[in-house]
Amino acid sequence: MYSRTYKAIVSAPPLLWVGLFLLLPYALMFAHSFWLVRDGFLVHQWNLQNYAKLFQNPVYVEVLFRTMRIAASVTFLSLLLGYPLAYFMSFHAGPRKDLLYQLVIVPLWVSYLVRGYAWKTILGSEGVLNGFLQYLHVTREPVSFFLYSPFAVILMLTHIYTPFVFLPLYASLEHIPRNLIEASHDLGASPSATFFRVILPLSFPGLLAGATFAFVLTLGDFLAPLLVGGPSSIMIANIVQNLFGTAYDWPLGASIAICILLLTISILFLTERLEKRWSFR
Amino acid sequence: MSAATHKSGRAPVLVVFSLLVFAFLYLPIVVLILYSFNRDGVGGFPPKHFTLNWYRQLFTDGAIWDSVLNSLLVAAGAVALSLTLGLLAALALDRADFPGKSLFRRLVLLPLVLPGIITGLSLLMLAVSAGLQLSLLTVFLGHGTALISVATTELFAGLQKMDRAQEEASLDLGATPWRTFWRITLPNLKLSLIAAGLLIFTLSMDEIAVTIFLIGRDNTLPQEIWSRLRIGITPEINAISTLIFLISVILILIWYQIRTRTIGKEARELLERP
Repeated sequence: MYSRTYKAIVSAPPLLWVGLFLLLPYALMFAHSFWLVRDGFLVHQWNLQNYAKLFQNPVYVEVLFRTMRIAASVTFLSLLLGYPLAYFMSFHAGPRKDLLYQLVIVPLWVSYLVRGYAWKTILGSEGVLNGFLQYLHVTREPVSFFLYSPFAVILMLTHIYTPFVFLPLYASLEHIPRNLIEASHDLGASPSATFFRVILPLSFPGLLAGATFAFVLTLGDFLAPLLVGGPSSIMIANIVQNLFGTAYDWPLGASIAICILLLTISILFLTERLEKRWSFR
Repeated sequence: MSAATHKSGRAPVLVVFSLLVFAFLYLPIVVLILYSFNRDGVGGFPPKHFTLNWYRQLFTDGAIWDSVLNSLLVAAGAVALSLTLGLLAALALDRADFPGKSLFRRLVLLPLVLPGIITGLSLLMLAVSAGLQLSLLTVFLGHGTALISVATTELFAGLQKMDRAQEEASLDLGATPWRTFWRITLPNLKLSLIAAGLLIFTLSMDEIAVTIFLIGRDNTLPQEIWSRLRIGITPEINAISTLIFLISVILILIWYQIRTRTIGKEARELLERP
């Protein structure tokens, strides 16, 4: 129905643009990771030194593992908060469903920076939480470990990703045919059996999508450690940022960025396959 | 029915838990707004001495308003760029076949799932390689390119819902493809375009992870706030954050209404069909 000219006209500009402004930059990143810096100058000499340095330096490996731990905690906590909320709204909220749904949507799109800043004012040693605890006479001195700790990073990112995790979960729960649940009850399954054998498996694609999103985006986050984290919760992307800034070693920074990129893409690939397999059951 | 007893038996725990999750989601926002009216700064409890001074200070703060203007410029540009390219990309994905199509689809959507730092640094490398000075122009290119992903997703969904028969009829009756595009395709996508535009505008106004690597001398609003956070915090930042929050909420609710309306319209059409 559409002529060849039509197809060419609609395809060419986005193809060119995406090639020039997405593919080429990612390729440049890839190329940089095989170059090196000598006496403060970039040398276009192909080598694997950066990757060797990466795996030999225990600091990088340690930070990478810390980042994965933080990402796993954020994912777990977001699911822990998001799943019951989605379940409640899908099965028990009744006519208030739409309003509640919008109430979850709102924080989702509210500025990352604004929310990070808000946590900073809450958790600081002269912050709202400390003021509150002293007001209640729970503590006398300000507690300083709320802010600038991995705990603060996990808290802030859980706050940011809970709505992200909620959305696909809610969508998948909404798609479960209600008569399946009725059938399960009628056939004598207990409520918990119905949940574990009917509802949970059927909501798995949504669970996977939400978890992937939270994990992958935490993996590459560098703003939360800068805002609320402090030195003890430096994450892998902070090292990249530092190498591109004051430390000035773009090739090494690029090699870490490529590792994050590959890790991200393989997780996405894996979950996509898993999701497909699961949905066909 | 057993399901009914099961529901009422379990619901109270769930209700309380859900309320706590909502409290967690809204706590920072409430604190933020509350302390923007607090005379004695951003900490301490309870907040006392209500004041509007921080807002007064904000309105005479030239640097903030310059950055707001910069952000508006960047966001407007990003909306125009990403909607244009996103529309073409959605049409291409919907209607054309070319080698590497699935790679193209994945590549377009990549900035949506990739951490901002990777997209930001890649574009920085491009700018440096091309000898481009970092400025609002590079920020605009970064936002525009990264947000094609959002535009493509929204507009592709719009195209999928569209009734093909209208376009077919138009072409059969002798209208040129160009005319069909302007008279049929585009008007049908009007709501999707508005919804996508609103979303892209909001995201661009808030963006920092990509921006931070592409910014030159002129700050965007989030960048201005970011640099102030390093110096020390005053409720003036609460005040501007409160305003950002209110504006985001309004835009998001409009976006959501449009979206549900498009879905609603479609459902109605489905019911009216024989």
